[in-house]
Amino acid sequence: MSPLSRREFLSVGAAAGAGLVIGFYLPHGSSQSGRFAPSAYLKISPDGKITVVVARSEMGQGVWTSLPMILAEELEADWNEISIEQAGASTLFGDQSTGGSASVRTTWDPMRKAGASAREMLISAAALEWGVPRASCKAQNSAVIHSDSNRRMTYGELANKAASLPVPTDPPLKSAKDYQIVGKMIPRLDVPSKVDGTAAYGIDCRLPGMKYAVIARSPTFGGKLLSFDDKDSRKVAGVSYVGKVSDSAVAVVADSVYGAMDGRRVLNVAWDEGPNRDLSSPKIFEELKALAAGKAVTLYSRGDVSKAAGRGLEASYQLPFMAHAPMEPGNCTAQSREKSCELWAPTQVPQDVRDSVAQAIGLAPDQVKVNVTLMGGGFGRRLEHDYGVEAALVSKATLAPIQVIWTREDDMRNSTYRPASYHQLSAQLDGAGWPTAFSHRIVSPSISAQKGSPGEGGVDPDLKDEAALIYPFPNAALEYADSQTPVPLGWMRSVYALQVAFASESFVDELAAAAKRDPLDYRLHLLREDEDIRFFDTTWRTARMRGTLELAAEKAGWGKALAAGHYQGIACFGCFSSYMAEVVELSMEGTQPRVHRVVAAIDCGQVVNPNILEQQIQGGVIYALTNALRGQITIEKGRVVQGNFDDYAPIRMGEAPVVEAHFVASSEAPTGAGEPPVPPLAPALSNALYGATKRRIRSLPILT
Amino acid sequence: MASITLRINGRDRSVSVAPETPLLWVLRDTLQLTGTKFGCGAGLCGACTVHLDGQAARSCATPVSQASGKNITTIEGLSANGLHPLQLAWIAEQVPQCGYCQAGQIMAAAALLGRTPHPSDDQITQAMNGNLCRCGTYDRIRRAIHRAAGGAG
Repeated sequence: MSPLSRREFLSVGAAAGAGLVIGFYLPHGSSQSGRFAPSAYLKISPDGKITVVVARSEMGQGVWTSLPMILAEELEADWNEISIEQAGASTLFGDQSTGGSASVRTTWDPMRKAGASAREMLISAAALEWGVPRASCKAQNSAVIHSDSNRRMTYGELANKAASLPVPTDPPLKSAKDYQIVGKMIPRLDVPSKVDGTAAYGIDCRLPGMKYAVIARSPTFGGKLLSFDDKDSRKVAGVSYVGKVSDSAVAVVADSVYGAMDGRRVLNVAWDEGPNRDLSSPKIFEELKALAAGKAVTLYSRGDVSKAAGRGLEASYQLPFMAHAPMEPGNCTAQSREKSCELWAPTQVPQDVRDSVAQAIGLAPDQVKVNVTLMGGGFGRRLEHDYGVEAALVSKATLAPIQVIWTREDDMRNSTYRPASYHQLSAQLDGAGWPTAFSHRIVSPSISAQKGSPGEGGVDPDLKDEAALIYPFPNAALEYADSQTPVPLGWMRSVYALQVAFASESFVDELAAAAKRDPLDYRLHLLREDEDIRFFDTTWRTARMRGTLELAAEKAGWGKALAAGHYQGIACFGCFSSYMAEVVELSMEGTQPRVHRVVAAIDCGQVVNPNILEQQIQGGVIYALTNALRGQITIEKGRVVQGNFDDYAPIRMGEAPVVEAHFVASSEAPTGAGEPPVPPLAPALSNALYGATKRRIRSLPILT
Repeated sequence: MASITLRINGRDRSVSVAPETPLLWVLRDTLQLTGTKFGCGAGLCGACTVHLDGQAARSCATPVSQASGKNITTIEGLSANGLHPLQLAWIAEQVPQCGYCQAGQIMAAAALLGRTPHPSDDQITQAMNGNLCRCGTYDRIRRAIHRAAGGAG
């Protein structure tokens, strides 16, 4: 079962044969996006093959396995007969965006209903076939059985008959105690192709006559092309085209990537460096800090912080821009024709790519076909559509199939970045050291506003999923101030939650220290009452946060004797409707921390696949460790300083701690898993460092 | 432009490329062996790792002229059927997430086991430290290498 092997690469999205085809619609995504509802399909062919169409993109997070599992469970399917088909951009599927830790949480109900509807229809088909009451039939392992007469028909045999029956509107759903597939360690369907080199990523797309393009882009944000001289480029063997792509980009096309890179190396371009030529990180931070004293919108308030009395504490925190840096550099393949364009895109947003390409090359959206490939990581970077537009433009200009490839330096310097942010926190403590008031003002440029969709009331919609304050302080205020920046912004794994959690959970640790109390006990005390906290569309429950914190602490052996020179730090946070707590254990090697072990606990409701969930936690923690220790993009003279994995250096095996993942047992509907593991890491790490050094980290990255 | 003969996965292949062309691009663009990945182009990430005479090499930083005359092994040629002990161990430990770096990881691990059949944790770290993974699969990679080596996994 090699999904999307190279041989099948070009036939992705091909129509299914005869048989039972169930179409179903998924509910509206979160109200923040205001997009259409997604949908997916189930196909059962007469030969018994069950195909689940996955209308989300596989970027490593396991949707090719977890989404079909949900459907297969209700279908009573034999898991070994399931194969998947990756959906391309379509009008049948509602919003196909993959992001916001939303794939499982928003497809859970519809996927179950789709599987259950099909199961009920197949049972009815068998009952009609046999002339027996349908209540005497039962579905099991991709077949319907009638025990009384010892008869059995497979789903394949029943497919055509079932296809003629009406689709039930409200099929019965299984009870969690009867699950055979959901909750099990089912191996990922994509793994075999990822160990033998056959998995086909966007960059592996090969079309007859295809050429490769690399693009010279403005070195500064907002710079413009003045002129270029391609005399030397055209002398490079294999270079067949050099031309302007936009007012800030020139493409060099060759018959190999190396030829195109070589051609670009000798391209002589003059740039107008534009209005941001003097922009620098220190200036940006000065601006953010100044804005902290200005206007802000209230995200959450409780009681009245201005009336609270007690001993006052204040601190400010700041975080730099960061880059996603997925392993597969940016790329996209396009074949433009007179009235159509087909793309092979490693994208989290196939429909946005379709629409942007259509606009860029003057076609209607239905003239653009977008095939979705595997992705070598996404982390939010592939929520942008720049690669697709470039590939389509160059293909249109050259009348050839084109693969645009970004080098690592291109990716590092022309990305969209996690916004830099500044945080002002204050609290009042009573005589016993408990907070009577807690305030947090977040200053950060808004990603959505920069992209032209500022949220209602000036609240960046992402903050609604990523900034909840789950402690029921008697008086609390959470505020947000937007700032403008010419630095391109993007949604990076956990988005604002990383910033908000670092500031907030570090400051809670400061309060515990000021109160001379254990950081875990302090948090548990703050969470001691069962309470529902409403934050925009989500109701957060202190009991679930407390349970998650207790689980992480217990598994980490919090408070027990540690190896000599070892220190622990703890933090908890809720985002994407899930609860997360992490304990970091480290020691010092000179002035540098060495992280040995991270114990993480999550409450994300019903676990669909414990293996994939553990991967998400291990991956999220390691990703966050890079963010915390070294994840810094610096701006100088209007451009990004870092270029490759030497100066933007992710964690390697030698620095990687053991990550233990624990799950709170739950039969609540599943919630986010891809991003929640990220935010607690930096504060847990800096809180552990405080234990080791008595010095409070208020700025990331930790290693400078 | 010169004609260069390369012995890749046990077969002689003749290519017409400039001798300084990195082996990576010859594999991917000329010979359509796309299992070997481009990650950094600077020998920093290991996604392009192949074997030259059994030794791990960064194909993005190896001019094709230097690979000529050597036995080149890519992920496509590591085993006849995808059943190399490391590939089986990678499946058993469910190592890959996005999977993009894993061909390079497996090739680096195979070179390690070729010279050190039962590596210690330190030897694994030393051999694998040049291979980046942004999905954070390091702990599972370590376990898979131990498993393939027949040790505790």
